[in-house]
Amino acid sequence: MADTMELRDIEVWDGNMAASHALRQVQVDVVAAYPITPSTPIVENYAGFTANGYVDGEFVMTESEHGAMSCCIGAAAAGGRVATATSSQGFALMVETLYSASGMRLPIVLNVVNRAIGAPLNVNGDHSDMYMGRDSGWIQLDSYCPQNAYDLNFIAFKVSEDHDVRLPAMVHQDGFMTSHTAQGVHTLTDEAAFNFVGVYQPMNDMLDLDHPVTHGVQTEEDWHFEHKARQQHALMTAVLPKIQAAFDDFEKLTGRKYNLVEAYDMEDAEVAVVCMGTSVETAREVAEEMRAQGIKAGVVGIRVFRPWPLEQIAAVLKDVKAIAALDRSSPHGTVGALYNEISGTLFNTDTKAVLTNYIYGLGGRDLTKAHLVSIFTDLKANADAGKVTTPLQQYIGLRGPKLSFF
Amino acid sequence: MEKKGWDGFEIGAMLRSFDGATRDIATTLPENRPYSVSNSFTASVADWRIEKPLFNKDYCIDCQFCWVYCPDMSIIARDKKMIGIDFDHCKGCGICVEVCPTNPKSLLMFPEQKDEETALAEWPKKEKKADTEEKED
Repeated sequence: MADTMELRDIEVWDGNMAASHALRQVQVDVVAAYPITPSTPIVENYAGFTANGYVDGEFVMTESEHGAMSCCIGAAAAGGRVATATSSQGFALMVETLYSASGMRLPIVLNVVNRAIGAPLNVNGDHSDMYMGRDSGWIQLDSYCPQNAYDLNFIAFKVSEDHDVRLPAMVHQDGFMTSHTAQGVHTLTDEAAFNFVGVYQPMNDMLDLDHPVTHGVQTEEDWHFEHKARQQHALMTAVLPKIQAAFDDFEKLTGRKYNLVEAYDMEDAEVAVVCMGTSVETAREVAEEMRAQGIKAGVVGIRVFRPWPLEQIAAVLKDVKAIAALDRSSPHGTVGALYNEISGTLFNTDTKAVLTNYIYGLGGRDLTKAHLVSIFTDLKANADAGKVTTPLQQYIGLRGPKLSFF
Repeated sequence: MEKKGWDGFEIGAMLRSFDGATRDIATTLPENRPYSVSNSFTASVADWRIEKPLFNKDYCIDCQFCWVYCPDMSIIARDKKMIGIDFDHCKGCGICVEVCPTNPKSLLMFPEQKDEETALAEWPKKEKKADTEEKED
């Protein structure tokens, strides 16, 4: 039996430490990992917990991230609670196996500490790896701070392991900005945390020797389409209600309220910034300051990136006059992914909103309050003019002459 | 197999070996196992084979090497005695012939269309020790 750990009500943790304590508290059976900056401390801390008797489980050091996720898939198919962590290039190497995990309907929790993808090599935070995962069939939850990184892990396990869902989940946090920045984190006791997620309920597990199963089969044109459709059906219909239910239960337990879409000052907002990660907190602060200057500014934070809560986001943005979609990943040949998602969300609605796109923060470049002031100022001009007064896609925080497209 | 719609099968591209629960499946003979329709027991892969192994029981010592090494469980044995080959699932890899320790071998590869009676009549004789040593040199 694993030892319990006495925690203070508020611990000073960075996002990595918060995530590793969440993994410890839900008593993961197998963590298979190949550590990579900036997510290394998650599995490093977890290995320490395991070695010191705080976890009844296995920590497996693998030969690569591809091997790490493959090991997680095997352990999950065998019938264990499974988790790991990665970032950036490691995430990229994992991508092939991510599709296997979701297609095999295995509830694995992957902590992704978002980091840029080279070249040029870069260890700092942007959302390139998170964006790379968005078609992989995983649930993607996004943290804005260490507290979120802790809390969303419990949500991830609870939703992912639900027998109506059985899809793997990523918990994202921004590299260094969240992962290495210590803040006060409100904790759950080991008992309360474990009980929130509950005892793992296996399904079609390979260790059920009375019901032998084959996992990871091949299907061609005769079956493949149906399997992918069934996976999409679960992702599109089962997941959001389960996340909402988990958020509701979590609020009852902790008083901390999460929403499928985080809307700040949006009730009467005329201009809105839509963004993810730590930028949400900066944008909220600037929106408040813009309101003091008479600009009705609001912020929409994406909490659930996949499945995309299309209806909820459309509802939040329906009365806004000008919207900026902020993308922290180089779109490499088109508009940013958030711009595309918001466009698709608002098309076919009655909105007359003007939508523009900002690329920012690549490779850990800071998004400053001054940047956000300039974005809100652009949005105010767009709202007043009722049309786009700037290029559709602008780079912000970039040195040299202004760069923009369309 | 019946082609079901997208909502008509279990999730995760997972296939069950048997219908219902099984107990002590290892001690149940294959012909008595409740194989499910998705199990490959009923699917023939005989046409993957170019050469086939044939079995000569006159030389077999029932060491079970072929049964242990066959990657497709296509050596049929009963009461620890080799009785034949499952030609629905044998893919003709020749591992059974390779591991057979008798002299001459009790299993040999023949062209797929080779008649068993003719093959047995042509079976090679025991090689003398000296010949074997010469060969290995």
